[in-house]
Amino acid sequence: MEAFTTHTGVVAPLDKANVDTDQIIPKQFLKSIKRTGFGPNLFDQWRYRDEGEPGQDHSRRPLNPDFVLNQPRYQGASVLLARQNFGCGSSREHAPWALVDYGFRAIIAPSFADIFYNNCFKNGLLPIVLAEATVNELFRAVEANEGYRITVDLPNQTLTLPDGGAIPFEVDAFRKYCLENGLDDIGLTLQQADAIRAYEQRRAECEPWVFGELTEQQ
Amino acid sequence: MAGKTLYDKLWDAHLVTQREDGSALLYIDRQIIHEVTSPQAFEGLRLAGRKPWHSGANVATLDHNVPTTPYNSADDIADDTSRIQVQTLQDNTREFDILEFGIGDPRQGIVHVMAPEQGAVLPGMTVVCGDSHTSTNGALACLAHGIGTSEVEHVLATQCLITSKMKNMLVQVDGELGPGVTAKDIVLHVIGRIGTAGGTGHAIEFAGSAIRGLSMEGRMTICNMSIEAGARAGMVAVDDTTIDYVRGRPFAPEGDLWDRAVEYWRTLHSDADAHFDRVVEIRAQDIRPQVSWGTSPEMVVPVDGTLPDPAEEPDEVKRSGMERAYEYMNLEPGMKVADIPLDRVFIGSCTNARIEDLRAAAKVVRGHRVAESIKQAMVVPGSGLVKRQAEQEGLDRVFMEAGFEWREPGCSMCLAMNADRLGPGERCASTSNRNFEGRQGAGGRTHLVSPALAAAAAVAGHFVDVRELNEAVTEEVH
Repeated sequence: MEAFTTHTGVVAPLDKANVDTDQIIPKQFLKSIKRTGFGPNLFDQWRYRDEGEPGQDHSRRPLNPDFVLNQPRYQGASVLLARQNFGCGSSREHAPWALVDYGFRAIIAPSFADIFYNNCFKNGLLPIVLAEATVNELFRAVEANEGYRITVDLPNQTLTLPDGGAIPFEVDAFRKYCLENGLDDIGLTLQQADAIRAYEQRRAECEPWVFGELTEQQ
Repeated sequence: MAGKTLYDKLWDAHLVTQREDGSALLYIDRQIIHEVTSPQAFEGLRLAGRKPWHSGANVATLDHNVPTTPYNSADDIADDTSRIQVQTLQDNTREFDILEFGIGDPRQGIVHVMAPEQGAVLPGMTVVCGDSHTSTNGALACLAHGIGTSEVEHVLATQCLITSKMKNMLVQVDGELGPGVTAKDIVLHVIGRIGTAGGTGHAIEFAGSAIRGLSMEGRMTICNMSIEAGARAGMVAVDDTTIDYVRGRPFAPEGDLWDRAVEYWRTLHSDADAHFDRVVEIRAQDIRPQVSWGTSPEMVVPVDGTLPDPAEEPDEVKRSGMERAYEYMNLEPGMKVADIPLDRVFIGSCTNARIEDLRAAAKVVRGHRVAESIKQAMVVPGSGLVKRQAEQEGLDRVFMEAGFEWREPGCSMCLAMNADRLGPGERCASTSNRNFEGRQGAGGRTHLVSPALAAAAAVAGHFVDVRELNEAVTEEVH
């Protein structure tokens, strides 16, 4: 996983509440057995005028010029500004894979759906929760100023705006640690293998039925 | 000291280590695996040279991608990418020695129908799957929730999750349900009341006399849609209904072990003095049969109601969401639900494809025909065993004689990853769980309903209160 410390980028505003993971990456693209290559199909139903299918030549597809990411001023955007409950619905990790593959490194919203929020951290994508009023102000500022860029500083947990203003944000300490260091958390958990085995022994004494093997020989 | 909630008890029983920063290592008893969200997890294990911590704690099946027309092997799946995914699961479960109910196995079916049916999920367990509707399994007093693919890999490798504790929420539904009101109507009503983010950050316990009165199938329907209320996990305490459901299942304990298990399972309820961070109280008699009108599961109205006016919504973000939903759904505020024209009817999904759901739908359909205006009405059983049971009861004939298609088990048109999907602009009465834009096919329009209401809509050609179906059908004829 790519480590995240600071990042400066253009902000793109997606002015819709309850954006679900079916919109972020539609189901027909979940048939891939890879983690990469989802970027061209990010927000596929909104971004293109035709119906997307896997394996298409995306450069030949008709774009929807009204969709925010197709507007010239937001080309190269790497920070997504969104509304409440972003990432609701399906648990598909293809959603953060698509956002990262497109080029996003951070998403700002008043709230995120739980599973999506969690999935972001596993992929070097930082979800930032800000108060609704602050998000409203950012929407106004981004729409009023072409090329609006912000700096995300994870170690100091602040956003720096073009006018020099700073907005603090909260992030869970363990997630921050993993993201800053680009850590594989499986390796970290396996360092506690003895504690896991001790737990299994304790529990097997009082709930042995939990540890029965799921096999055909049952 | 305050007592513990059911969620507190499940959490405490599975805590391996608690970190000072609030995160914890939580032991996972059971992982359910399907073809769509697992290939990258197995690939991750291979690349890192890792093996599963305990292969026998996992069970896999095929559901999202499989056809619902008859097929005998992966070679019969026409779509290349779907076939590769199905074959990849077979290869991975063989390589890593994981039990899979594959093509042709009567136990194959939707993950959240198969796992409780097999007794692979038992009360008191922690259960995960790379699927947000894993919450379904909470009906057995489990802590069950969806995870992403990175976490699927993490659980395979360590049998644990790094997570932090959620808050406790109680949804208390007391009183008698009105005639024709089902578990699906309860949960749609709850989502309509608290909103799709109402349960975010919480584990929801569903309690009260109306929940107690439900079968396990009904409780599964309710826990299934916890995620549509924003809560990753939903659960119901153990009672006799739970114990009776689990008894005799293939992977349930037997003999002395069964007695010991039952004794423990009976402790799986919230203590009388437990503290909940949020409590929502609902009177069962206030719940009417529900129909979703928009593109979010919170956009619901009673079947005998009219569509709401966005102008009356004070919240600006919500109002614009409603306006966009009207545009997408091609409906007008003030319209009667009964006047919404329908093209297709889908009875199936992890929400409503269990035997009880099929019985409820068949009861409505019996002796009627699908209306001529309906292009297609299909029933997709949740598993091979549900299908077999339904056929033994003659339900397949009831459906087919009425003009329904009787299909092979799978997720089917709930998310339209296989060939079952809506065309652009088509409108469907569906017993599934999500009415998002394009969910059932690009440009398709979904109305979420109970199996009984879907069946009644198929017969009448439009939405109708089940109690008034005979009247409605007579009117059509004359």
